[in-house]
Amino acid sequence: MNPVRELVTTRHNEMVDPLLNVWGVEIAIYLFLGGMVAGMMIILGYFLFRGRHKELRCSCALLPGLSIVLLSSGMLALFLDLEHKWYFWNMYITFKPASPMSWGAWILLLVYPALLAAALLRLPGSLKDPFPSIKSIVDRLQENPRFVRIIGTLNMILGAMLGIYTGVLLSSLGARPLWNSSLLGPLFLVSGLSTAAAFVHLIAKDPYERVLLAKADNGFLVTELFFIILFITGLLSSTEVHVESARLLLNGTFAPVFLVFVVCLGIVIPLFIQSLAVSHRIRHVPAAPIMVIAGGFVLRLVIVYAGQASHWVRISLLK
Amino acid sequence: MARYGMVIDTKKCVGCMDCVVACKTENQVPEGFARDWIVYDTTGVYPTLVTEIRSERCNHCDNPPCVYCCPCGASHVHERGGVVLVHHEKCVGCKACMAACPYDARFVHPEGYVDKCTFCIHRVEKGMDPACVSVCPTHCMYFGDLEDANSRVRRLLDERRSHALLESAGTRPQIWYLV
Repeated sequence: MNPVRELVTTRHNEMVDPLLNVWGVEIAIYLFLGGMVAGMMIILGYFLFRGRHKELRCSCALLPGLSIVLLSSGMLALFLDLEHKWYFWNMYITFKPASPMSWGAWILLLVYPALLAAALLRLPGSLKDPFPSIKSIVDRLQENPRFVRIIGTLNMILGAMLGIYTGVLLSSLGARPLWNSSLLGPLFLVSGLSTAAAFVHLIAKDPYERVLLAKADNGFLVTELFFIILFITGLLSSTEVHVESARLLLNGTFAPVFLVFVVCLGIVIPLFIQSLAVSHRIRHVPAAPIMVIAGGFVLRLVIVYAGQASHWVRISLLK
Repeated sequence: MARYGMVIDTKKCVGCMDCVVACKTENQVPEGFARDWIVYDTTGVYPTLVTEIRSERCNHCDNPPCVYCCPCGASHVHERGGVVLVHHEKCVGCKACMAACPYDARFVHPEGYVDKCTFCIHRVEKGMDPACVSVCPTHCMYFGDLEDANSRVRRLLDERRSHALLESAGTRPQIWYLV
């Protein structure tokens, strides 16, 4: 006869019972867009560092503006998730070093000036010519390769911080065994790079960039798959609650979505298609980058929901 | 330095929920929410089963993850007795503290801020027991300074076998259950 463990509680707090459900699709959107913008900043920084901003068809003309729009959309999603919305400014009158969310709030504030500085490098004439003071700043920036390299480096560093933060935000919450892995930071960073490479691949006008980004994306996808395997292995070799949380992704409630939409359709199949494309066996098709972007979003969605379903006590109820 | 804690005798608790009602009344907890609750925990091999009845709430941990993760300092440790509290006017409702709590002891108040047990600090500062302790008909709940060797809670812990909840989570909870 097997031992019995039955818990009956009179508590039925909204968002907490029967399973924690404090973060929904808004947070998944925020983490996805934050990660993708982080990747776009690293790609943009790399292009600037290589001096590609002078090339007419370089994506670095579009990336700063698109990044600002996407990041602002992500922050809007985050704002919508706040329960005490009109007190949001409290995040910016204090800094809590132990809180990854506090770090994130301040990193987000630093990201905007870096993106605006990058935008200045390719500011259209119609925007700078009517303002002589802006025009002189832009001209001075464009003429000095050192400034361009500094802006590029700044974008790469802040992009890496933003990308890692989106994962650390979850991994620092030890009460949820699934999130309790230091690999979530690198995993979300490389996933952000992969979705950003796919996005830039879709919008790039320069064929050289498309090939370059498809090749880079293949590398990111392989690395992402490697991190996912390490992440799952780490959980499976840990305590019982961590093993149970890994099972949520392998053969539990979230397994079909995770294995089909994240691993197969989001990583393996686009990797196969893009490998054929970069070896000139087939033409570059938008299907692969679209699948990568969708897979990146579903990864955040699954991790956010499955993480909340994993629990030190109640994990056994989900078997 | 005082360290407030609670000791609950599971041999006396009958799960009457007077503590729950007293808390809701004292703290005007909105309908549909609870700062404390009753858990019936049954373990063993049939037919030799044992049920432990517990009155649960925020454990006012000594190593509180909810305080560390709070981005705006709303969740904090009170200067008196190490009680974990929430500044309602500082809380942005990001819910990170709710995700960080292994006991799921917090909830979002309908007004938007995160709410939880305060150990009735407003009563304790006036020398009274928390509302839940003061109404318990079986006197199974004890509140006091765990650092004081002569306090009732300390003596009970020294004399009886006890356990806390999810000690393996490493949060050093300050509510102890006598078994």
